[in-house]
Amino acid sequence: MFDFLDDYDVLGAFWTTVQLTLLSAVGSLVWGTLLAAMRVGPVPLMRGFGTAYVNIVRNIPLTVIILFASLGLKDTLSISLGASDVDTATFRLAVLGLVVYTAAFVCEAIRAGINTVPVGQAEAARAIGLSFTQVLLLVVLPQAFRAAVLPLTNVLIALTKNTTVAAAIGVAEAALLMKNMVEKEAQLLLISAIIAFGFCLLTLPTGLILGWVGKKVAVKR
Amino acid sequence: MSSVLYDAQGPRAKRRNILYTALFLVAIAAAGWWLYATLDDKNQLDWVLWKPYLGGSTEAYSTYIWPGLQNTLKAAALAMVIALPLGAVLGIARLSDHVWVRVPASVVVEFFRAIPVLVLMIFGNELYSSYTDVSSDDRPLYAVVTGLVLYNASVLAEIVRAGILALPKGQSEAAMAIGLRKNQVMRLVLLPQAVTTMLPAIVSQLVVIVKDTALGGAVLTFPELLSSVNTMSSYYGANTIASFTVVAVIFLVINFSLTSFAGWLEGRLRRRKKSTGAVLGAQDVAHIGGTAATGAGGAPGGLDLSGPFVGGAGKDD
Repeated sequence: MFDFLDDYDVLGAFWTTVQLTLLSAVGSLVWGTLLAAMRVGPVPLMRGFGTAYVNIVRNIPLTVIILFASLGLKDTLSISLGASDVDTATFRLAVLGLVVYTAAFVCEAIRAGINTVPVGQAEAARAIGLSFTQVLLLVVLPQAFRAAVLPLTNVLIALTKNTTVAAAIGVAEAALLMKNMVEKEAQLLLISAIIAFGFCLLTLPTGLILGWVGKKVAVKR
Repeated sequence: MSSVLYDAQGPRAKRRNILYTALFLVAIAAAGWWLYATLDDKNQLDWVLWKPYLGGSTEAYSTYIWPGLQNTLKAAALAMVIALPLGAVLGIARLSDHVWVRVPASVVVEFFRAIPVLVLMIFGNELYSSYTDVSSDDRPLYAVVTGLVLYNASVLAEIVRAGILALPKGQSEAAMAIGLRKNQVMRLVLLPQAVTTMLPAIVSQLVVIVKDTALGGAVLTFPELLSSVNTMSSYYGANTIASFTVVAVIFLVINFSLTSFAGWLEGRLRRRKKSTGAVLGAQDVAHIGGTAATGAGGAPGGLDLSGPFVGGAGKDD
């Protein structure tokens, strides 16, 4: 019953899913934090840019962004992000698309975290003469991140599930493997159960562990 | 400018801000120039490629975009209409006093929220092709709607549950005190109030559904708006960039209107004096949509973006 599995690299596909998730998570965390800093900062142009970016990216389907990365950037504009072969290029472009999209949600999660910091914290920081950058980096963001763990966990789980969109441009991850398997083998329920189990294994523990961490580190107010 | 994160600006801070603005402008201009140069280099800015969309002819819109858009909206509407009652049933079931109702409902909801919607769509597609005689023309629509319904019913179940839990306790206590039965409390007191509470969250979920229909076009040959890019760019001579831009703008307009409508609705409901003041907003959906497991309490741990820091620094829209 499980014999057909020998022909497919299920673990390898899920490993690609994990790689996509982790790389995009790091990228979008950095870019999203920068966007959040821009949105709460004193420079009007940066605030406008941050707001526009978030509102535009959030309202475009991820599928459009990822397909554009492949058909638009790679095929039409020959941008391959320094990759020599096609597979590496599509992988990197998928990560780029995921970062561009997820950063908007990271930005909102961090902004929400910033909002949980009591006004007095920032006022005290300003009163001792700290600049905006210092207020943000030394006082507000460290507290904001602790409150943002829970919303960021949700973003991470959504990102894990969103990596399947990379199947649309042929990155060999779990959903693409599933599509190939169900078309060739007459084992729909078994294959679906395996793939579903794999995703449960990735998302549910992430939620449980980081949910616990989030409650643990959140500043009690 | 008033924000608690920085002081009112004196002459030095103003000068510094102008410098930052200038630097940022230069960075944006450089990015813009690079984009222009790259596009120009690949001849993607030629008028021929953009003419079908901007040239005054409506052919591209009526032949390719409108049928695609219709399919997108049809799939999204069907998914919402089917998922809403399912979600309501599941959400109420999760609040049941009976373990044998509550636990199965919770398992179903957590399971379908943990799985990518694309996996559900692929499953649906193969299910219809192997076990039913749905014609191969209709199959992608069926598969897309099935996937969207399974996923969104469980998200809507969480919205319904959070909406009911967000109501003040006094509502159900008062209802029980005047001797209503459990189902009367739910039917006559909690649900009617929860519906208005949830309205903004449901509209925001519609945005997610519209966005997810695009998956059907990319992976399952569902002829929706995004897949019209392929047909258009082969018909109009490889105008990939132009086609993508037009399709992205259409998605943006639809979803931005829905998001704004949800925000307006939320503000209106929050200000209303008659209600209990409990509202589930767009941010709560982001919270619910992401996950299982983290929202342990079930109450909306929504992200409040209306506080002092953000308030001073430009609102959401």
